[in-house]
Amino acid sequence: MIERTPLVNLLTHLVLVGGLLVLLLPVYVVVVAASHDLVAVNQVPMPLLPGHHLWENLAVAWQKGNFRNVMLTSVIVAGLVAAGKVGLSAISAYSIVYFDYRLRMVFFWIIFATLMLPLEVRIVPTYAVAANALEPFQALFDLSGLSVTLPRWNLLNSYSGLVLPLVATATGTFLYRQFFMTIPDELAEAAKMDGAGAFRFFKDVILPLSVTNMAALGTIMFVYAWNQYLWPLLVVTDQNYATASMELGRLVPSAYGEAPVWNTAMAGTLIVMAPPLAVVVVLQRWFVRGLVAVEK
Amino acid sequence: MSDIAIRGVRKSYGRIETVHGLDLAFGAGEFVVILGPSGCGKSTLLRMIAGLESITAGEIAIGGRVVNRLEPRERGCAMVFQNYALYPHMTVAENIGYALKVAGVPKAERLRRIAEVGRSIGLDGLLDRRPAQLSGGQRQRVAMGRAIIREPKVFLFDEPLSNLDATLRVQMRIEIRRLHDRQGVTSVFVTHDQTEAMTLADRLVVLNAGRVEQVGTPEEVYHRPASRFVAGFVGSPPMNVVDATAAGPDTVTFGGLQLTVPPHGLERGARLAVGFRPEDAVPTAQAAPDGPVAAIDLVEDLGALRLLRGRLGGADVVVQTAAGTRHGRGPLPLQIAPSAIHLFDAETGLRLAPRAVRAAAA
Ligand SMILES: Nc1ncnc2c1ncn2[C@@H]1O[C@H](COP(=O)(O)OP(=O)(O)O)[C@@H](O)[C@H]1O
Ligand SMILES: [Mg+2]
Repeated sequence: MIERTPLVNLLTHLVLVGGLLVLLLPVYVVVVAASHDLVAVNQVPMPLLPGHHLWENLAVAWQKGNFRNVMLTSVIVAGLVAAGKVGLSAISAYSIVYFDYRLRMVFFWIIFATLMLPLEVRIVPTYAVAANALEPFQALFDLSGLSVTLPRWNLLNSYSGLVLPLVATATGTFLYRQFFMTIPDELAEAAKMDGAGAFRFFKDVILPLSVTNMAALGTIMFVYAWNQYLWPLLVVTDQNYATASMELGRLVPSAYGEAPVWNTAMAGTLIVMAPPLAVVVVLQRWFVRGLVAVEK
Repeated sequence: MSDIAIRGVRKSYGRIETVHGLDLAFGAGEFVVILGPSGCGKSTLLRMIAGLESITAGEIAIGGRVVNRLEPRERGCAMVFQNYALYPHMTVAENIGYALKVAGVPKAERLRRIAEVGRSIGLDGLLDRRPAQLSGGQRQRVAMGRAIIREPKVFLFDEPLSNLDATLRVQMRIEIRRLHDRQGVTSVFVTHDQTEAMTLADRLVVLNAGRVEQVGTPEEVYHRPASRFVAGFVGSPPMNVVDATAAGPDTVTFGGLQLTVPPHGLERGARLAVGFRPEDAVPTAQAAPDGPVAAIDLVEDLGALRLLRGRLGGADVVVQTAAGTRHGRGPLPLQIAPSAIHLFDAETGLRLAPRAVRAAAA
């Protein structure tokens, strides 16, 4: 039921434009604040139009936040999370949809249950595991009375520690499962008749057909991982593994310490916002297609 | 080219058995059509031959080799699916050549064979297109090409024409039969369309609810249907079947009307079904006393012939007359030659052969 009267059209556009303004207003404030010098930005009220100091603020923020290093770390972490997530989801959903084994539904429900356990909920046990990844197995051995001593495997202050806990969630698996279930069974059967095994079918048919889904999931996961703040703050104490959002947190003035340097902090915000924005812009063509519908 | 032997094959999904012990033998190079209503287990049987469905009991042998435990690719069958099942992201050439690519055939030879097959099925200029850019008939051809290129021992068709419009269906039907005549590969063709079945088959297998009703040439199945079910399923329009009672060794009655039938040695009072083809009922000007009179209430003019629909002895019947005849609605006296009458047991539904069966039963 799509009605197209001029009045309805006008209303929908008003709602759209209104929503857009609400969304863009904070971004605009950031841009304005990032383009003034310290004096101007601390005036009350703050100037409403952009000033002329954007580039120099950006340069200061870049230096102060050590962004040359932390941006690289963040790109690596977010890229690994996105790639790991896409790969893991595709494989696990492929298994659940295309293979008929006895524990299939058990695995399905276990994966489903993790939907209810985002990182923030399980952060304490996850930290414990990150501190010694083999700890749960050690506990099992201890319980069963076996005197086996496993080596310690510490994930703190490492890329694995930053990445793995973010990869292990079910959202992507579900996106893929829904998509795989729209692929006609006859396609799998035709491939079987053509002599393709499970791996061939995955590589030659499933992967090419799910490129848009991968782009969509990859984009979402990149942004999700990029914006992580709490988890990196916990697992990283070594400055070499600091992420962009952690550094940004330090640019924002604390309650004690120095006077607030809002223009630099906002310039840092702009810097940190740029990579995810770039990813979205580049992948948005596939992104939208992957989320909206299966190609006919 | 291989023969196929199906021995005591059953299929259950969970506890529900859908195919109840089939025993069939298809000769090498034969074109066999499996005909039956939707849901009777045709696809299941075909998919068990292909290896896409496990065989619950019994065994299937292709070319003398039991294939129960073999993977689809090891059975030497190629299959054409109802919805074509083309790979949407591959071009026509890639679709056709995929089996060769999987088999590791070198690229040069692959391209040569793709071109050759493309030519033979009339897809010459379309090899670079994707399935979405093709018409239904062209997609059907690609699906055929994909099967042909593997040079299989057996072709399996699962209602491959049912998504096409009427004209194209006839055309593709003819092409499939010509292809078979050229290559002589054993073919098993599943359909619920009796016209398709009659025109294509060397031999017909009529299936109903997971059981074989009849196996025979189209001619045999048409002229000597083995059961009431086959009689009512084959033919367009199918045979008229009316419930009746035996009034004497060569007379049956229904709805107060009488009909003389060939001597079947009928017992008086036995309950039967009387069948006659629409084209075997001839309208007459002069009704025989107590002879059959149909109450016609609908006339369908098909150009070449006219179908008169109505009721007779409590059943719906169709009478086929030549174009240009002028019978309209109302009572229509019919003459049916005794030799054109088929009798079926009311209980088992099985055909009663003149004399023989009754004698055996007695
Ligand atoms: N995967 C399945 N699970 C359960 N029942 C099935 C399955 N596939 C087919 N059937 C049942 O088996 C019967 C025969 O199906 P099918 O062979 O597809 O019939 P058709 O003759 O129309 O091709 C049907 O009653 C159908 O419901
Ligand atoms: Mg079917």
